[in-house]
Amino acid sequence: MSDLVEEKRPVLSLRGLTTVFKTDLGVVKAVDGLDLDLPAGATLGIVGESGCGKSTVGLSIMKLIPEPPGRIACGEILFEGEDLTKLSNREMRLVRGNKISMIFQEPMTSLNPVLRIGEIISEVIRAHQKVPRKLAWEKSIEALDKVRIPSPSIRINDYPHEMSGGMRQRAMIALAICCDPTLIIADEPTTALDVTIQAQILSLLGRIKKALGTSIILITHDLGVIAENTEKVAVMYAGRLVECADTATLFDSPLHPYTQGLVLTVPRLGARKEKQSRLNVIPGLVPNLLSLGPGCHFADRCNQVMDVCRRLKPEICIQDEKHLVRCWRYA
Amino acid sequence: MHTFIVRRLLISIPVILLITMIMYLIINLAPGDPIDMLVGQQALTPTEIERIRISLGLNEPIHQRYLNWLGQLARGNLGFSYLDHQPVLDRIAERLVPTFSLMFFVILVSYVAAVPIGVISAVRQYTWIDYLATSIAFFGISFPNFFSGLVGIYFFSLKLNWFPTGGLESIGQGFSIMDRLHHLLLPGLVLAFREMGVLVRYTRSSMLDVIRQDYVRTARAGGLSEWYVILHHALRNALLPLITMLGLSIPRLFAGVVIIEQIFQWPGMGRLAIEAIVSRDYPVLMGLTLCTAVMVLMGNLLADLLYGVADPRIRLSGRR
Amino acid sequence: MQGVADNTARHEIPRQTFRSLARRRFLRHRLALAGAVIVAVIVFMAVFAPWLAPHDPNHVDIMLAREGPSFGHLLGSDVVGRDVLSRLIYGSRVSLSVGLLAVGVYVVIGLILGCVAGYFGGWVDMVVSRLVDAVLSFPVLMLILVIVGLLGPSLFNIILVLGFLGWPEVARIVRGQTLAVREELYVLSSEAAGAPSSRIIIKDILPNIMSPVIVNATFGVARAILIEAGLSFLGMGVQPPTASWGNMLNDAQSLSILETMPWMWVPPGLMIFIATISINFVGDGLRDALDPKLN
Repeated sequence: MSDLVEEKRPVLSLRGLTTVFKTDLGVVKAVDGLDLDLPAGATLGIVGESGCGKSTVGLSIMKLIPEPPGRIACGEILFEGEDLTKLSNREMRLVRGNKISMIFQEPMTSLNPVLRIGEIISEVIRAHQKVPRKLAWEKSIEALDKVRIPSPSIRINDYPHEMSGGMRQRAMIALAICCDPTLIIADEPTTALDVTIQAQILSLLGRIKKALGTSIILITHDLGVIAENTEKVAVMYAGRLVECADTATLFDSPLHPYTQGLVLTVPRLGARKEKQSRLNVIPGLVPNLLSLGPGCHFADRCNQVMDVCRRLKPEICIQDEKHLVRCWRYA
Repeated sequence: MHTFIVRRLLISIPVILLITMIMYLIINLAPGDPIDMLVGQQALTPTEIERIRISLGLNEPIHQRYLNWLGQLARGNLGFSYLDHQPVLDRIAERLVPTFSLMFFVILVSYVAAVPIGVISAVRQYTWIDYLATSIAFFGISFPNFFSGLVGIYFFSLKLNWFPTGGLESIGQGFSIMDRLHHLLLPGLVLAFREMGVLVRYTRSSMLDVIRQDYVRTARAGGLSEWYVILHHALRNALLPLITMLGLSIPRLFAGVVIIEQIFQWPGMGRLAIEAIVSRDYPVLMGLTLCTAVMVLMGNLLADLLYGVADPRIRLSGRR
Repeated sequence: MQGVADNTARHEIPRQTFRSLARRRFLRHRLALAGAVIVAVIVFMAVFAPWLAPHDPNHVDIMLAREGPSFGHLLGSDVVGRDVLSRLIYGSRVSLSVGLLAVGVYVVIGLILGCVAGYFGGWVDMVVSRLVDAVLSFPVLMLILVIVGLLGPSLFNIILVLGFLGWPEVARIVRGQTLAVREELYVLSSEAAGAPSSRIIIKDILPNIMSPVIVNATFGVARAILIEAGLSFLGMGVQPPTASWGNMLNDAQSLSILETMPWMWVPPGLMIFIATISINFVGDGLRDALDPKLN
């Protein structure tokens, strides 16, 4: 599966993406020099703790970073041969919702409460395709149907608060696919949902991917979700990429101490007694992005830390062809 | 929907009762004998005074008097003015239109002017437009309306002669809408100046709140143009709290109206209130209290109904 | 961008950092600074009035009545010959005392009732909330006018009335804040440690809910000054001979004075305006400094 995936040109490439925010206490690099490739038709997972910058990556690709206080400081976002960072706002608008769309975490607050679902979806359709209202409405019903919302022609008149959480998220997905995008960025799409609904939504995304050939970036902090739904994984910590590999490889042999810690924190049912006596936990807290030291950002919490780790920042190095890791242990 | 209205009306009744009761209490706690005002300059013997007292029911204990007043009210009688012995109802009725037309004008003008300014101010936060609009809004709020009334008269009336110095209409002319409007403009604009200040700040803050919301981000993520997002997505939500403001505007406006009517000799309820207080015309006062309480409660009811229509989340006529 | 930019809410970071952050934000706000300076000047004027005023503000001299500005009387004299400038300076005392005292009264009442309602909940909360609703649905101006008009116009009465009518707004804010803070860790741990309710309220809750109260109180001072000025203007507030900026404007109700003797009414009107707008700017700056999310 991964061989096929690697042959095609990546649909999205990030090169040195750096997004900063100005705060009362100083300037923060939410994303720091990120290099990433998304193979066409694949699902790339971006995983990390809260505040590691993964959501900011998604917003940066869409260029939805609020201008004060944030901005994309440097780097390239290569999509379909263009560098998105160089596009004007007008040009970017043709991309958003059309070629790249985004699904957000909280379906309750992400849908305008005073508009009906049909209105929300059709206006996006009409923004990108010159179709009359009626046709746009019908296409919206089709989109709702594709996400398996029952009785779509009735549901289309619903207001967001009249739908359940799972249905709202489906509606958001319908909104995301209504113009047949090449890439969907899903930012924690299931975090706010019940576990049973989570599974439904994720399998829905998988089905859509197969049916429409869309590439997906799945941003989450949940390793279980990553394991089941992605082909490639990028692990982020404090704004930097620390490890990137095919999903199977990452779970089989995690290289970076942080990833190792993460993988071990996933409780395993039915594991042999010796392997799991207590729930593993990575000690310490996410560092304050304002007061990062000169060395590796993970040094303070690392159980394999060396002297050099505290003094110098490690670079990315390639292990086994496709497995990237940023750690002095492998330099 | 109907049950809602009926329920609100029913709840309003005890509130109005409470308000009038408290007002009655306060009025009667005031030093001074109402008889003195009534009798005026006439020299009367104590027995005659006593007779008048009894005939007006003023010798009875206070709760009895209040109940009498209520009883009269139930029969549509608000009593008679101590001052000129006219029915209170008539005296108030003839003042309703001037005050209402003033208030209506102010609400119209201030909302129509303030909302766009507030929106632009919020969308262009921290730019010079924002600072200008906010500063002018501050001006409006901080200018005492009696002072702006005086200044208005000084400049636009006395010096520039654009407007009359007061009154409802020009004396000697018949009824003319244009003339009435001409007289309405200056006091109306003076009042609107302050109201606009309040509204600009409210609109701005509401807009700022809404712009930060997730659904605005979703709309942008769909590739919609910024102005469409602002006007169609953000504004509709930002206007909701302003509808509630409408209800709250009424007591605030009434306070301004009282003063402005005084300066501009506007024959409205505000002036009547002051006359009644100064001359201790209790029946008129009670009548006015009732009126203003009803006005406030109706205003709030109206605002809540409008809100229910505008916000589908609490729409009272459910579809399902 | 969670975690850093938002983490400057009152109870989420140490008090030292919060204070210095707040101070920095306030100082950035130029209008607020200007406002603060002007307020300081007015306070100075009020405190040192006897030394600053060139004449006795109540000294009547019919011979000098209605005279325009001159060297002896920089702002001229009023209808009975009193020096306008001196009255202006003394008027600041009235305005400031009304503002500060009335607001002081209703903030205290509001804090107590709001805290108690929010902390103890239950029927206490219900009673206080109904009380708040009841007072708020009053046609307040009618009440003020009636009370002041009938009980007799005086500074004391005005302060009393404003004080007893202004607390519901504060109580509402305080109650909301108390409810929000009530479930915070430091409160729960104090409760678990067995601290008495009064101590918890005073040491844990109060310091963390003061921000919106301070902002509201600041705006309240400006409002109180406006109300007193309005009442005095109508003749129902502070009575002459005591000088109040409001009652100084009373004379201008005569069209001839309005038109021909602006020195009598423009200065006090301007003073009310300047005082009010300065306090409002300070309030805005405070709000920005203490709770940036609100703006």
